[in-house]
Amino acid sequence: MAKSFWPGAVVLTLLAVLALFPSLFTGTDPDAADLNATLQPPSGAHWLGTDQNGRDLYARIVHGAGPSLLIGAGAVGLALVAGVLVGVAAAQLGRTVDQVLSRSLDVILSVPGLLLVFLVVAVLGPGGGPASVGLAVVSLPGFARVARAEVIRLRGAHYVEAAHGFGWSRAQVVLRHILPNALGPVMVLATVTLGAMIVAGSSLSFVGLGPQPPTAEWGAMLADSQEFLAVAWWPAAFPGAAITVAVLAVTVVGGHLQRRIERGRT
Amino acid sequence: MAGVLKAPAAEAVAAGPPRRRTGPARLVLVRVAASAAVLWGAVTATFCLLQVMPGGTADVLLARSAVTPEVRDRIIAEYRLDDPLAAQYLAYLGRIARGEFGDSYVLRRPVWDAIGSQLPHTLLLVLATLLVTLVASVLLAVVSAHRRRWVRSSFSAAESLVVALPPFWLGLLLLTVFSFNLHWFPAIGSSSLSGLVLPTAALAAGPVAVMTGVLRDGLLRALEEPFVVTARSRGIGELALRLRHVLRHALLPATTLLGWIAGSLIGGAVIIEIVFSRQGIGRMVLFAVENKDMPVVIAIVLLTAAVFVLVNIAVDILVWMIDPRTREAGS
Repeated sequence: MAKSFWPGAVVLTLLAVLALFPSLFTGTDPDAADLNATLQPPSGAHWLGTDQNGRDLYARIVHGAGPSLLIGAGAVGLALVAGVLVGVAAAQLGRTVDQVLSRSLDVILSVPGLLLVFLVVAVLGPGGGPASVGLAVVSLPGFARVARAEVIRLRGAHYVEAAHGFGWSRAQVVLRHILPNALGPVMVLATVTLGAMIVAGSSLSFVGLGPQPPTAEWGAMLADSQEFLAVAWWPAAFPGAAITVAVLAVTVVGGHLQRRIERGRT
Repeated sequence: MAGVLKAPAAEAVAAGPPRRRTGPARLVLVRVAASAAVLWGAVTATFCLLQVMPGGTADVLLARSAVTPEVRDRIIAEYRLDDPLAAQYLAYLGRIARGEFGDSYVLRRPVWDAIGSQLPHTLLLVLATLLVTLVASVLLAVVSAHRRRWVRSSFSAAESLVVALPPFWLGLLLLTVFSFNLHWFPAIGSSSLSGLVLPTAALAAGPVAVMTGVLRDGLLRALEEPFVVTARSRGIGELALRLRHVLRHALLPATTLLGWIAGSLIGGAVIIEIVFSRQGIGRMVLFAVENKDMPVVIAIVLLTAAVFVLVNIAVDILVWMIDPRTREAGS
């Protein structure tokens, strides 16, 4: 399994560069329509073919990497920060706060994930940002639970007791000693969650609740391809393959990190 | 899950031997009470949401549809919107408890009517997918729990790949190949049995892959147990050994996973229904989200939460039935 870590890490790095600097990889405008060249199959001029408006699919996939990956990455980032805050609060602020927060997390978990996202998007309106917020709400309980458990576990550690003995305040101990050590499992959860969030984010774009047209986004590109499935396979094939490769890379790297942490524990 | 199950047993021990009630009735009671509290929390959350949304609650419920002043007054009376917040909240709780989700002013029909006509299609898809997931993953796990390493690792590589496939993309690929090129299955929203095949396949692929992995790990662990040697020494066939003795041990983690899968299927079905232009709550909930039709969105969210909670209670009971150890924990 360790063999697949490096390819995964390389693909992940490549995707990050692609998302940040798409112009390095293509000089073609992703939104330039050419109505004389609609639904062209892959060729020398258009490596991955063109879509129903004659836009170059390769350019759109390259420029789509940022918006597509940002929904999932944004969701994980938001959930991580909010989840750790909630988890630390639940662990540190006494029984009542713990009970209230933990039961609230149960309420979030009682609604099937995607439907909770629909509720959030219904309130905020469609778009990449609202989709991220919705997905963050859904994945927040996981981060909060891990953070809470880690804080409680570390509270008994000798160095934490020593820090208390030196007269450090509770907030200082949490910030300087507990949090840095609790972050490992939280980061593993973040990588493991990221794959599912990328799929969920592209699903939301696919049904029209993500970034709005003409933004190039992999899920939205797949939605466009739907009407032309009978005549053109390439607009449906390549954006989906891009999502799959991204998720696979994230999963491989996340799985590797998880096994390393688990081995360290036992 | 196991923790939840063991809690009542531990209490029984603390109370002394005469009160050893760890039966299913008590288990169900504890779980139902906890679930009811969670659902009450969910209803309360939707009430707060309606309050904080911009515009008056009546406008939110109307979703900017044009209605006569009489209809508007009726909403205000029904939801008691002119009363203090506490009275509004009680009225809201009462309505939801009685199953009154109000009217959709976008669809211009009662919410229940709209959902009732679409829900059976979605349930059919979800149940078919669950059935396929159970049968396929048990078969694949029994076949792939092999002593040869390459058999196991090629199965688990295939599983990783399938899990990474977005279900809606798999649906598009299946449509391209089997409907548009081979013409084996109907392409556009058909309620016939053959129209169910491709959506079920697209929705089941991920769960089958996850479940097969979990079942195989369980099988391999159970195959190391001493009772396997005993069974083999009695001359039992390899397949019979796996199906009759080992599978039961592997089923436990898989059953707890089933609850989670059922929850994700409800959301997944919405997306798959769009891919295959099927009837069901998918198109309805999306239309409602796009139009901010809150009565419909809230009703569907609360209903699916209720279904999800019921499924999880059922899963706990299943675990109790499969594993005698969870029953004897207190004795």
